Amino acid sequence: MMDTLLTALVTLFTFQHMAYMLLGVSVGLIIGVIPGLGGIAGLSLLVPFLYGMEPVSALGMLIGLVAVIPTSDTFSSVLMGIPGSSASQATVLDGFPMAKQGQAARALSAAFISSLFGGIVGAIILTGFVLIARPLILMFGSAELFMLALFGLSMVAVLAGRSLPKGLAACAVGLLIGSIGAAPATGEFRMIFNSEYLYDGIPLVIIGLGLFAIPEISDLLRKNSTIAEGNVLGSGWLLGLRDWWSNIFLSIRCSGFGCMIGAIPGLGGSVVDWIAYGHAVQTAKDTSQFGKGDPRGVVAPESANNAMQGGALLPTMLFGIPGSGSMAVFLGGMVLIGIEPGPSMVGPDLNVTYSIIWSLALANIMGAGICLALARPISRLTAIPFQLLAPCMIALICFAAFQATRDLADLVALLAVGLVGILMKRFGWPRPALLIGFVLAPQAETFFYQALQFNGWGFLIRPGVLIIGAMTLISIYFGLKNRVDDTGPTGDAVVTSHASRDIQIAFGIATVVFFGLALWDASQHSFLGSVFPLGVAVVGVLFGAILLIHLWHGHEDHPAFFDYEIVGDHVGSEGNSWFWTGPAWIAALVAATSLVGFYIAMIVFFIAFLQLRAKASWRTTVVMTACAAGFILGLAYMLSLNFPSGWLQSAYDLPWPIR
Amino acid sequence: MTELFTTTRRGAIGLALGAAAAFGLAGPAAAEVSFEGKTIEWIIPFSAGGGSDTWARFNAPLLSKYLPGEPTVVVVNEPGGGSTKGSNLFAARAKPDGLTILGTSGSTQFPYLLGDPRVRYDYADWEIAMASPTGGVVYTSPSTGVTNPDEIAKLAGQKLIYASQGATSLDLVPLLGFKLMGLDVQHVFGFKGRGDGRLAFERGETNIDYQTSSAYIKNVEPLVEAGTAVPLFSWGALDADGNLVRDPTFPDLPHFGEAYEMVTGKAPEGPEYDAYFAFFTAGFPAQKMVFLPKGTPQEIVDAYQAAFEAMKADPVYQDNKESVLGTYEQVTGPAADTLFQKGTTITPELRKQVVDTLAADYGVKLGEGD
Repeated sequence: MMDTLLTALVTLFTFQHMAYMLLGVSVGLIIGVIPGLGGIAGLSLLVPFLYGMEPVSALGMLIGLVAVIPTSDTFSSVLMGIPGSSASQATVLDGFPMAKQGQAARALSAAFISSLFGGIVGAIILTGFVLIARPLILMFGSAELFMLALFGLSMVAVLAGRSLPKGLAACAVGLLIGSIGAAPATGEFRMIFNSEYLYDGIPLVIIGLGLFAIPEISDLLRKNSTIAEGNVLGSGWLLGLRDWWSNIFLSIRCSGFGCMIGAIPGLGGSVVDWIAYGHAVQTAKDTSQFGKGDPRGVVAPESANNAMQGGALLPTMLFGIPGSGSMAVFLGGMVLIGIEPGPSMVGPDLNVTYSIIWSLALANIMGAGICLALARPISRLTAIPFQLLAPCMIALICFAAFQATRDLADLVALLAVGLVGILMKRFGWPRPALLIGFVLAPQAETFFYQALQFNGWGFLIRPGVLIIGAMTLISIYFGLKNRVDDTGPTGDAVVTSHASRDIQIAFGIATVVFFGLALWDASQHSFLGSVFPLGVAVVGVLFGAILLIHLWHGHEDHPAFFDYEIVGDHVGSEGNSWFWTGPAWIAALVAATSLVGFYIAMIVFFIAFLQLRAKASWRTTVVMTACAAGFILGLAYMLSLNFPSGWLQSAYDLPWPIR
Repeated sequence: MTELFTTTRRGAIGLALGAAAAFGLAGPAAAEVSFEGKTIEWIIPFSAGGGSDTWARFNAPLLSKYLPGEPTVVVVNEPGGGSTKGSNLFAARAKPDGLTILGTSGSTQFPYLLGDPRVRYDYADWEIAMASPTGGVVYTSPSTGVTNPDEIAKLAGQKLIYASQGATSLDLVPLLGFKLMGLDVQHVFGFKGRGDGRLAFERGETNIDYQTSSAYIKNVEPLVEAGTAVPLFSWGALDADGNLVRDPTFPDLPHFGEAYEMVTGKAPEGPEYDAYFAFFTAGFPAQKMVFLPKGTPQEIVDAYQAAFEAMKADPVYQDNKESVLGTYEQVTGPAADTLFQKGTTITPELRKQVVDTLAADYGVKLGEGD
């Protein structure tokens, strides 16, 4: 045993291994900073170089890359409000408000030190856990996995916002959107409305970007300011470290959660950050600052998501089952260098397993170290006038969005979800509740159906189910007690929201109509294919109706009322332009793409935006457009991808990249 | 500037950088095929990281090395629609110049064979360059009382549970196969992959399962040694004439036909077996194939076939083939043609029969088209 540990340690600290790992870390940093490009893109870039490499070096490179992505994707989450990857969605909730207050450096340093710590805690847990992991992982059957999905859903309680019916209705919308596409039990295609795009469901990245990034951009586009409104920019670097230190136990607990949830195959890593975030709120005494820039809202998810990567290694190595998308590519890479996952990884190949686990810790230290050093200079981005930053962000978001299926439909879906996000933000509907519902819908439905098939209703009295059920109830209790409100000001300001009652009712009715549509669609399908969306839609109609009653009869200060256009902090300041400015620009880009394809459309968009909206000089316009065009072209070239094409491309045969 | 319209990715960038002159000298090839200075796009209708992607990324550099003129070969992932999207794109757009090729998998063949309304490609149009077979082994839990492959008949009448990825996925082969044998199998759908299914088996939730060869060797053989799994049969392989034979990787295990005989007492035949056989071929012996578009000149097809043959002697291929391909050889020429024919054709009656079975027994609808 000691021998194995030592052999693993010695290979780890060879110069060659370290050098390759640094290479992987560097690629991972660059890839991770660009929203939408996660581990999958990065690993695809590295895989061709794996042939003929020495296995330990190759592994080091792969791990270096996988490890730093949940660290570096924090940059865009905090600085621009764009979730860098699914692992950083919860970070946006408090990280971006901090950046808006001019505390970007503080938020980033708190995030990176938490990431670093989470990665190390994850590795320590794994070192002991790996030996007993196989039987433990096998204890989680479909029934337990279903209960874990419910546990994830219980986080909605804490994130439901001021009005519980609103939160639950939002969650139901998410569950329904998540059930679009093939039914797990019968393969029937639900709610596809004859659109081929919807056969596969809407990709997570589109939902994440549409709900969080588009509303923020649209908000910022209306003001002629910078992201950071304060001017204490770059300060607070040390403050971030202190934020983490004073919440070290929260950080340890979240790392533990992250590691465990990552280790359970089937649940997927996309909810880890929300569970950690929810946990932070549930255990906090003062929750008034959550959603408005509480550092704990950054520490918790960032501690968890790095530890999660470590946990996700377990099912990948022990069973050959990738716990996440990037783990799927990692698995492919392992196979290419001749390491076959399986039971031998805790037998004769244990030293490989340990060198993988510790490489992960080492890579986390390297990655977070580099990020910490970069936090201060990069946080200056938030001081750039937003009109100059905006076209870059819009182009980046679109680029990230069409990574999903590389189709124009991705951009249309992004725009549609973005509009929903904008309205939800305006009327105080909790977007995290929708997202959690979306992520967990397939899991909840599939595992429930499977548990019934395998165990019958008897699955409800399995010990694991009872334990997780009790945890879920506790979580709901604390959640309801410490409900977080990320929608903005409270108190007197809210009263006035009553003024736009009619339009709020209209949005509520639109939601109920959506539930009605789902009900109608469900009636077209077989029992097994329709029972889940049917049940959710009924619940949705119920809470939608309660909300409408609140809006109809409620007193002026009823928590159901909310309109950001009346109570938002931008109200009263000068130079607010039209509410639909942001969506209009994005819609224009999508429309142009459908005509001339993305690449040409993006260039035209840049010139038009910089000239008309930003009123930049021609020199700035040309330089910025050229830089952006070159950057996107370089990325597309490296990833060997074709841009979404439009009418022009269908009519004429053009060379890449405008093909 | 016709040059602009014939070069692709790398060429276009080269032009932009003013390096066009270097490529301009190639001139129109008269007799000999040469891809010098060209970039070949290998469309993989799946996302990065999956089996097909790994397979293509393994072959791409070798293909580049052995094609005349050593072109750059890039793998372009076009996922979506259960691989129908990328294949439709190839069918609609690719020109017969050998610069665009398609890599398909069983998941591309199945919707085609089933008449999925999303399919707008026709295999019969295409030229096959290479076929890459795979295999798999079915095993059961000792709780069924079966202790070795010869006792498979004991399964008849027992309640069996199988973790399936869906009735129209590659798991259609076990679905049709078990039904043909008369086994009473409950298919529980919604599993994400065969690995997930194996986990359900290890948890004791299912008692019959199959794994593709390499996963079987690495993950199930230890279970067999520990006495928690019992191998039953391999799906089998096809010889050069298209006859079902024992899988060379598992010479000691009976193939599906033999197992069928052990359970039912007679050799498999009839329209139901033919339907099974078409899907079996599309899913295993002809699982992955490389195609050139409609109307590709014979010399280009020959150049590709020669390259796929030549790469087999390459040390990189030799060193890595086992981890990527298992123990199966990629084939070209007549052997590939046989697999291509058998794995992509089905009579309308057999198709209807399978589609009707799926609809009646599993409530599967393939969409508005039929």
